[in-house]
Amino acid sequence: MINLEFIINTISLGSLYAMLALGLVIIYGILRLVNFAYGELIMVGGYTLYLLASFSPLPWLFIALLAVLVAMFTSLFTELVAFRPVREKSLTAMLVTSFAVSTLLQNGALLIISPRARAVVLPQIFQTSVMIAGTSVPWRNILTILTSLVMLVLLTLLLRHTVLGIALRAAADNFTMTRMLGVPANTVISAAFAISGIMAGLVSIFWISRSATVTPALGAPPLLVAFVATVIGGMRSLTGAVVGGFVYAIVISLLGVLLPPGLLEFREAFMFVFVIIILLFRPQGLISSKTSVERVG
Amino acid sequence: MLELNSIHARYGAITALRGVSINVSQGELVALLGLNGAGKSTTLGCIAGVLKPWQGDILFDGASIAGKSPEQIARLGISLVPEGRDIFSSLTVDENLRLGGYILKEKAEYHRNLDEIFELFPVLKERFQQPGGTLSGGEQQQLAIARALMSSPRLLMLDEPSLGLAPALVDQIFELIDRLHQRGVTILLVEQNVDRSLEIVDRAYLMNTGRIESQGTPQQLRTHADIEGIYMGVKGQSGK
Ligand SMILES: Nc1ncnc2c1ncn2[C@@H]1O[C@H](COP(=O)(O)OP(=O)(O)OP(=O)(O)O)[C@@H](O)[C@H]1O
Ligand SMILES: [Mg+2]
Repeated sequence: MINLEFIINTISLGSLYAMLALGLVIIYGILRLVNFAYGELIMVGGYTLYLLASFSPLPWLFIALLAVLVAMFTSLFTELVAFRPVREKSLTAMLVTSFAVSTLLQNGALLIISPRARAVVLPQIFQTSVMIAGTSVPWRNILTILTSLVMLVLLTLLLRHTVLGIALRAAADNFTMTRMLGVPANTVISAAFAISGIMAGLVSIFWISRSATVTPALGAPPLLVAFVATVIGGMRSLTGAVVGGFVYAIVISLLGVLLPPGLLEFREAFMFVFVIIILLFRPQGLISSKTSVERVG
Repeated sequence: MLELNSIHARYGAITALRGVSINVSQGELVALLGLNGAGKSTTLGCIAGVLKPWQGDILFDGASIAGKSPEQIARLGISLVPEGRDIFSSLTVDENLRLGGYILKEKAEYHRNLDEIFELFPVLKERFQQPGGTLSGGEQQQLAIARALMSSPRLLMLDEPSLGLAPALVDQIFELIDRLHQRGVTILLVEQNVDRSLEIVDRAYLMNTGRIESQGTPQQLRTHADIEGIYMGVKGQSGK
């Protein structure tokens, strides 16, 4: 059924996927690195939520904020100790490093916490709905949409109106030239990893609000969604990440209502067919940085 | 001010520089001339820190800068306008220039430099909010030079600034270089346009296959045999 509920759900899913894709593409744009450890940042955010919600008396808003901060600092930390030492070597070295970081973080969660799923205590608001025009809309979806809107506005302001943001865009265009103007490579890369970590932390809140559990392998599905969304939108463009996130959400939701029940479990397979068709016609993704001027938001 | 002592550099197995020694004094305009593939851009790349020489030393104000990062070298006041300009095409002219002034400490200096740049390149004022990629080739070259000047460089390095420009624009670029030199900017110029370069420079080096073949003032070089090869090479290759 394509009704208001469906539309709001899809926009909410698209908002979530847009944030997810942005966190991946901001690093790819500068380092040409697909950070396979990105999913694990979401996992780390998830476990922070689980631990603090179960074992601390802190209010939930504060816990959510801490989860975002922990994801951000984990991201910065992986850059500092894992990626920075191999950065000058080769892209392949970076890629292997990102696999290693991903595995280490997952094994860390396995060892320190448990291989089994843990239930995350969610606040009341994630379980309640509000009536809008006669349809019941979960608060969770409204919060997802609002959060991603705020993040898009903040990110746009950062990238358009601060010197750091302009340097980030310049670095995505031509990193060496940016450095030759005196912009330190480490500043730009740390900023990108920080933004990526913040996105992962925010996504972890809303991802987990859907399942209410965390597992060490939690990061794999969102990483795949982020990757596919950026491929659809175009790996080189932040606008592309947002567009890709929404296209992914719209297509997967439509498949959910249009496919006959017997085929529903193959929804992902149909999704990939769709992606391949897009790539046949637009190998650079929907928004290619060659033909369009990069704008965010 | 700048001194290269027997620099060797290679790209993987290819040796591009085999012992290049040059020096540039404060306020001088020096050209580095040579055929395609002589190693001129590689030399500038080594000075700018994009490529690490594997032998030899580079001194700036007497201190070694070989092996420093591009951002450290930029902060010392060395500015490179690369071959092919490398302006940020998705950034506006405004944003390109703001990054050009990234290392400036005072806002006042930024505005002073911007005013000067509008005076030197009025077209950039008109195009201020336009993405760099939408400028014409000549305008992009002006933007690239302007961006380098924004940082108040002590040493300006220009890699083939007249490349691909219409004759009228070539004249303008050479006039501009001459004017910057008169103002006291120290300039290391790489050019294919030997005639025009020798008209304005204090000294020049002739490079061939990774080595300095000869050097001297324009008068000395004009009578030198090697220059013939470069003239011929340039004429042969670019039809000028
Ligand atoms: N990225 C690279 N990888 C491998 N070899 C390179 C690279 N860049 C330059 N070279 C080689 O190094 C040598 C010097 O090149 P360089 O670009 O310094 O020459 P140039 O004097 O600037 O020439 P031109 O006048 O054509 O710009 C050439 O033989 C070139 O083939
Ligand atoms: Mg060259």
